[in-house]
Amino acid sequence: MSYTKRIDGRKFDEPRKMEAKIGVIPRADGSAMFKIGDTIAIAAVYGPRELHPKFLQNPEKGILRCNYDMASFSVPERKKPGPNRRSTEISMVTEKALLPVLDLNQFPNAVVDVFVEIVQANAGTRCAGITAASMALAHAGVPMRNLISAVSVGKVGDKIVIDLDKNEEDYEDGATDIPVAMTGNHEITLLQLDGEVTKDELLKALELAKKGCSEIDKFQRKALKEFYKGVKDE
Amino acid sequence: MGKIFFKEKDLVVPGDILAEGIDYLPSGGCIRENDNIVANHLGLVILDNRFVKVIPLAGKYVPKVGDTVIGYVVDMSFNGWFFDINGPYEAALMVKDVAEFIDKDMDLAQFYNFGDLVITQVSRVTRYSNINLTTKGPGLRKITGGKVIAITPTKVPRVIGKQGSMVQMLKEKTNCNIIVGQNGLVWVEGKNPNDELMATEAILKIEHESHIDGLTDKMKEFLGEKK
Repeated sequence: MSYTKRIDGRKFDEPRKMEAKIGVIPRADGSAMFKIGDTIAIAAVYGPRELHPKFLQNPEKGILRCNYDMASFSVPERKKPGPNRRSTEISMVTEKALLPVLDLNQFPNAVVDVFVEIVQANAGTRCAGITAASMALAHAGVPMRNLISAVSVGKVGDKIVIDLDKNEEDYEDGATDIPVAMTGNHEITLLQLDGEVTKDELLKALELAKKGCSEIDKFQRKALKEFYKGVKDE
Repeated sequence: MGKIFFKEKDLVVPGDILAEGIDYLPSGGCIRENDNIVANHLGLVILDNRFVKVIPLAGKYVPKVGDTVIGYVVDMSFNGWFFDINGPYEAALMVKDVAEFIDKDMDLAQFYNFGDLVITQVSRVTRYSNINLTTKGPGLRKITGGKVIAITPTKVPRVIGKQGSMVQMLKEKTNCNIIVGQNGLVWVEGKNPNDELMATEAILKIEHESHIDGLTDKMKEFLGEKK
């Protein structure tokens, strides 16, 4: 059986509707909200600030610390609050996805803290989290070479699609989800895959991810510029 | 010949390509990546001869030697104090760098105690992480009275204005004594609370509208209306 039409009526290469807001948390040094479809991620950045305990410090350059968490009300069935195996993994991959573009050499012994909170989940949460975190880092004024945008691609039934939602992830004939994060120059900083795809399908999916990431990258830049423009025009 | 991809005072985001070719040089807030000059801060871009510069709109205070900063005591040791100066690191004020004479066995808390706000100057910075302060110099002392307001450190130049024009105007119009720390803390002391309130309002307005051209005139108008 073939997957001929997407459940929510999108085209196969069409991501969900996006929305972004900068400066949503006044007490943080930088913050951003990113919404894609029904998935909402909020990111807050604190620092660079001194890192304690001291043994974690790196005297050569600053370190990045990411924390990903899902609110207990973010999913249909209540999630037990607090870190678990999944959120620990995603915290780690978020950190590794963001670190290549950051320039923390100026801040030895310091830390940049990134907190990503998912307040509503409908698949693609880690990608939404990374996208929001990247905007929050720019808002906090941390030196960075480029922005990071992330999107999930995957195979649903026999079709390669972009930005899967929960219904597609649970597709009965099998679905594979591939979260991808890229810099503005299409350098891949995150690629996770568990499931079955052939090499050709993976290449095709990455091509699709490139397209999606460019779109998100443009959206991020627009959101950041608009935030400051709004201040300008007042 | 190189190309530039921006207009003066354009708003740029990290990753935006600003110029192409080796004729232009990155001078702050941007880096060279292969042939291009790329922004690595969010800010306003300006071109000075061959130098491309991004003035950041956000970011923590990075201490420089000679900066006047306002800090508060967070820790004390036997030979000095440690100050929170609103930057990534704590700064140290050694006994030998204090204007007052301090004898060997004196209690340091009687000079500056925990939580005291002090106007100090950055005297030495090594790789940003070791910062030394001094209170030897005109106007450097402990703050008593008045109020301290926090603004974004990157907006400090706008509060001061060209050759101090903005802060001078604020002082005259509000009858307040104002000291602007480079780290984004501003001390305001007036003869009555209303003056202080007006100065606070004005400073926060400047922070909020720091992108606008001709801000000093606009503020003059704003303060004129208030009176």
